[in-house]
Amino acid sequence: MRFYEFEAKRLLGKHGIPVPQSGVAQSAAEAERLASEIGCPVTLKAQVVSPAALKAAGVKSAASPAEAKREAEWLLQMEDGGRRPRGVLIEKKAPIAKEYSLAITYDGVRKRPVMAASDMAGDIDEIAEQHPHRVVRRHFSALFPFSDYLAKELVAALGLRGAELTAMTPIVSRLAQLFLKYDLTEADITSLAKREDGSFVALDCRMDMEAEGRRRQKAILEELGIQPGDARAPREQTAFEIEAAKIDAEDPRGVAGPVVEFDGTIGLVIGAGGGSLTALDAVRKHGGRPANYAALGGNPSVKKTQRLTKLVLSKPGVEKIAVISNVLSNTRADLVARGVIKAVLELGRDPAETITIFRIPGAWEADAVKILRKYGVEFCDRTVSISEAARRAVEKMRSSGC
Amino acid sequence: MLKDPAMAILIHRDFTFIVQGITGREALNFTRECLDYGSKIVGGVTPGRGGRDVYGVPVYDTVREITAKQKVDGTVITVPLAFAPDAAFEAIDAGIKLLVIITEGIPRKDASAIIEYADLHGARVIGPNCLGVIVPDVCRFGSLGGPAVDCRKAFKPGIVGVMSRSGGMTTEICNALSQAGLGESTAVSIGGDPVVGSSYAELMPLFEADPETKAVVVYSEPGGPMEAELARWVTENRSRLPIVAFVAGRFMDEMPGMSFGHAGTVVEKKLDSPADKIRRMREAGISVAEEIGDIPRLVKERLEAAGAAGA
Repeated sequence: MRFYEFEAKRLLGKHGIPVPQSGVAQSAAEAERLASEIGCPVTLKAQVVSPAALKAAGVKSAASPAEAKREAEWLLQMEDGGRRPRGVLIEKKAPIAKEYSLAITYDGVRKRPVMAASDMAGDIDEIAEQHPHRVVRRHFSALFPFSDYLAKELVAALGLRGAELTAMTPIVSRLAQLFLKYDLTEADITSLAKREDGSFVALDCRMDMEAEGRRRQKAILEELGIQPGDARAPREQTAFEIEAAKIDAEDPRGVAGPVVEFDGTIGLVIGAGGGSLTALDAVRKHGGRPANYAALGGNPSVKKTQRLTKLVLSKPGVEKIAVISNVLSNTRADLVARGVIKAVLELGRDPAETITIFRIPGAWEADAVKILRKYGVEFCDRTVSISEAARRAVEKMRSSGC
Repeated sequence: MLKDPAMAILIHRDFTFIVQGITGREALNFTRECLDYGSKIVGGVTPGRGGRDVYGVPVYDTVREITAKQKVDGTVITVPLAFAPDAAFEAIDAGIKLLVIITEGIPRKDASAIIEYADLHGARVIGPNCLGVIVPDVCRFGSLGGPAVDCRKAFKPGIVGVMSRSGGMTTEICNALSQAGLGESTAVSIGGDPVVGSSYAELMPLFEADPETKAVVVYSEPGGPMEAELARWVTENRSRLPIVAFVAGRFMDEMPGMSFGHAGTVVEKKLDSPADKIRRMREAGISVAEEIGDIPRLVKERLEAAGAAGA
């Protein structure tokens, strides 16, 4: 879960990392008032979380409260993955002598947290790509408590000495400690500025909390006013996706999600995790246009499969579905067959026409075949690959003119 | 001296293991399945349930009660996620050297801590969020393949080492290799999380040293640096083994930040991207299958090419 920058800065401030004097405005008028309270010049930042919006540079500066009002008006209209920004962060702008950057994440190769620092501002990966000699890194432990000397070594490796070294070390140390404390997967200060008086201030930052960590981070999330359901996906869920999530949540037997809507014509009742990724790629590879993604698994009830299938077939323009999964051991193919057939019949459609292919090999496939044969639906066993099943499904779409 | 007819990596015919969390619903199932398959499960642990038994496997309150009495080579950890680090530390402290962690949803911080603790004690972790390891017809260590009868259909003894970030796709790919008459030397479900104990590159030397393994198949997904690490390993070590890889979720390149499937499956950075992974692996001489159904054919082609070059 991506934090809005104003939230990330509250975390920094709470842990003793200096941040500019600031406020968050929800309207242009409020921006004007805050700008005059804080004192101009100010920086204005649209509070967004989607990757596209973050790239779109929603950052302005204003020399007067009136200018702040105008800029805020524009920033508040920005698009953030189907949402509006969560306000505008207004910060005091002060002269700076030099900029650095810090970044902490997990290294999937070494399997340890790693901190990096640069004597340039910006995204550490981009700096590392263009100026590799200007980035220093140091791994640390998620098992043992963080020790300040690790931060000191990193800062020293960056070439800092004297007062600069002693001023930056605690900032790095605090950032590493809050990274561990809050189950963060990313804690970056992309602009750590040295003011003219020699002190440091975090000007730009971004933070991500691991979804899996949210359960045990309730206290801090509550403190920041972040609701448990606030997922902050790259884009807002569609009505179709919200309905699918409801179907999944209302019945604990098996999983249907995450269901994602696309604008294609072939409905996909696919599973499980890797099988779904493979099936969706295969349908596209053969020229099919998927109407959705799903990840059916964990032995879903007949009812759940039936409701999901009905939902997929209710999408305008979706006449046919493909039911494809990897070889399954714990999901009963016969129950999936019953679910999809029921859904198709309830919609008054012909299963043989509507279900292009049913490829779920594994336990209980013999029972599935019995049901499918009765309705004339083509079944593929384990000798037919996921890609071949997808090819046949797309071929049937074509030959029927869909 | 007689050569062991069933060479493999990580596990073998006499491999003994325990199940931590053995009284859980899923653990009950796969314990029975493993026993049916012929695996040697010498005990189970669930605190407060000591003294019971599960399909004849004695249940204890602590791991040490078992390791004090007999040799234990491995453990399958399938406890609720809040207890996973504790279970792993207990196993490592009791001297167990191979851990399969099935539990899903363990935060990265905990996974990293478990792996570091294992490293300090010379133990290896497979997973988290994996299904374990299988040597067809010899030993099944974890929950790959479901009921023994289905498991025997999908996995056949053979020459291909398999590593997969998806448990379900481990079975899918092995099934295809078995259908094609190639079979598997050992298949490892390495886990779908962003931080896992054993990566492709870390398992490669084991396959390299196993005379039964003649080729390796890798199933990969968007997210993480593991494929780049494998490409680098192959380039630096001049592996004798032809490798065929498959990268699922190519459509995700168009959807940065969206998460599908496993926790580690998301495109945020350049290294996460399927296109980048495919390019790096191809540059290292790894064959990347365009379609999942192409894998067995590509393995055969690579084996023939290697045979022709060796002759």
